[in-house]
Amino acid sequence: MATSESEPRIDGAAARPGEASAYSVEQREALVPLYRTMLLIRRFEEEAARAYAQGKIGGFLHLYIGQEAVAVGAEAALRRDDYVFQTYRDHGTALARGTSARACMAELYGKDTGCSRGLGGSMHFFDASRHFFGGYGIVGGHVALAAGAAFKAKYRGEDRVSVCFLGEGAINIGGFHEAASLAGLWKLPLVLVVENNSYAMGTPFSRSSPVEDITRKAAGYGMAGDRFEGHDVLLVRDRIAQAVARARAGEGPTLVEVLTYRFRGHSMSDPGKYRTREEVEERKRFDPVPLARARLLGWGIDESRLRALEQSVEDEVADAVRFAETSAPAREDVMRACVLAERASDAGGRA
Amino acid sequence: MRSIRYREAVREAIAEEMERDDSVVLLGEEVGHYQGAYKVTEGLLERFGERRIVDTPIAEAGFAGIGIGAALVGLRPIVEFMTWNFSFVAFDQIVQNAAKIFQMSGGTVKVPIVFRGPNGAARQVAAQHSHAVEPFYASVPGLLVVAPSIPRDAKGLLKSAIRDDNPVIFLEGETLYAIRGEVPDPSADELIPLGVARVAREGSDVTVVAWGRPYHTAMEAAERLAADGIACEVIDPRTIRPLDEETIVRSVRKTHRCVVVHEHWPYGGPGAEIVDRIQREAFDDLDAPVLRVSSLDVPMPYAAHLEERVLPSVERVVEAVRRVCYR
Repeated sequence: MATSESEPRIDGAAARPGEASAYSVEQREALVPLYRTMLLIRRFEEEAARAYAQGKIGGFLHLYIGQEAVAVGAEAALRRDDYVFQTYRDHGTALARGTSARACMAELYGKDTGCSRGLGGSMHFFDASRHFFGGYGIVGGHVALAAGAAFKAKYRGEDRVSVCFLGEGAINIGGFHEAASLAGLWKLPLVLVVENNSYAMGTPFSRSSPVEDITRKAAGYGMAGDRFEGHDVLLVRDRIAQAVARARAGEGPTLVEVLTYRFRGHSMSDPGKYRTREEVEERKRFDPVPLARARLLGWGIDESRLRALEQSVEDEVADAVRFAETSAPAREDVMRACVLAERASDAGGRA
Repeated sequence: MRSIRYREAVREAIAEEMERDDSVVLLGEEVGHYQGAYKVTEGLLERFGERRIVDTPIAEAGFAGIGIGAALVGLRPIVEFMTWNFSFVAFDQIVQNAAKIFQMSGGTVKVPIVFRGPNGAARQVAAQHSHAVEPFYASVPGLLVVAPSIPRDAKGLLKSAIRDDNPVIFLEGETLYAIRGEVPDPSADELIPLGVARVAREGSDVTVVAWGRPYHTAMEAAERLAADGIACEVIDPRTIRPLDEETIVRSVRKTHRCVVVHEHWPYGGPGAEIVDRIQREAFDDLDAPVLRVSSLDVPMPYAAHLEERVLPSVERVVEAVRRVCYR
């Protein structure tokens, strides 16, 4: 990503071990579960990549590795009954919402026990019980859906917020523009979180956008804008919390741009020729997962406690893989039943 | 029974369902303050207020998507397209989201939404404003497609569509809005189930299947043919998907001949689908090939005499019926 001196840059200063911290003991403690969820996502994705290489997972597989602090930080800023929508890079969001690693892995394996019963696959995780209304495969197509959930919250006078994650590759498409226009016009309780991971598939952001700062578009939609780096999970949490608070207070939507980076390819079939190995290695210095760990250690959290937590993540992911491998495959009768919802007026006719 | 216009029937259905269920909300261009581009929604803003009658900017993909998103979390939106021609810029929302979310979520998330508006040609509005869109939507599993031809069906089917838990494509017609017909009083709360055809005219010589504007063309042709001693049985499927195949096939088994009349282009679509089902289910009963009368295979021209040439006409229906009757 091209940066100028005046633009925010990724730097690790905020997370340097031993830093003087403004965080209280309780606030420091709050980082522990966030670190655990980020690690869970990381290890889940690594195992998914392994299973994909072994031919156990098919189709497209878009990994969230490198971006964990965004989903986890955002989730920490939300209430459980808030609505969440995500793109096809959706595993991290589901896990952050609390969908079990078992249900997620089983979905990748195409099993009946998956979070979409093996019908959705990697790109279409859903968990309505946790108000996670899906992963969507058409760039920009889900933004209006999130605005629609926000419309309902406002219509019903609820103080719920709807959050939509999208990539920076979505900001040129009409779906984003129309949804943002209407959300701004109607002051919907919506937070648009653009996860700017620097590349839309293989196209760097500098070659796809006339402006470097996406939040400059916010003014045209009558929205607030906020832009920050996405490797510090606490910073992500606190900044998104401000946008969520505005939405909850009826002050309308916010366009948030989080500067992040994916360490793996766009999908598993990505040869990665559009960027250098050095660039990726440089960005790994700001890997959110080890940064959070180093910060916890710097704050005096006992390493044995972190090791136990890390072991529990290993166990959870291993269990998820076992569960996925041994689960029954997705069912044809479920496939046939999941075309139309049951109809009260179902009197006749053959589809 | 009282007689009201098609547009009033549609309006009554919307108003009655909004009255009984606060989760029903109407979104669309000019539906409120303007009182509806075709006056279908006249008076609804005054009755239900801006919270529930929502004027939108010109952004079909945006407000269709917002309707779908609201449906996922418990509302039952009615999204009006000023005409179905404008639905193409919202095609992604309808096909990729509305039709797929129930399946993608493993059957856990329903999408109770109605997309409605006038379909088909509307007299000299030329190539971009004259589409009969049913082939595009009827081919998609996960969508229901309804095309009422008369006021009573428009009302009863729309009320059922609004109460249905699935996305419904509801095709009205600009040239149908002024048509009058008998409709039961609001107190009857008549619901007409989706997926059930109506035998509009009984006859023994040939089955004519038609919906929308061409239904009226077919009825006129049947009247003319009756004078020549040919008795047409006219069937209005009313719902394109699901299709009441049984009623159509039963009729063909009786008459042994069939003509399908439709406004959409001849390549594929529901017209061809109906012919396919007839040849599979009633092959041994047929005494003649099943013929179709459709719009000609051209983009709609502006000139009035050419448009008239393109659309299914009474003359072409009469000719097709005579051919299958070998008379």
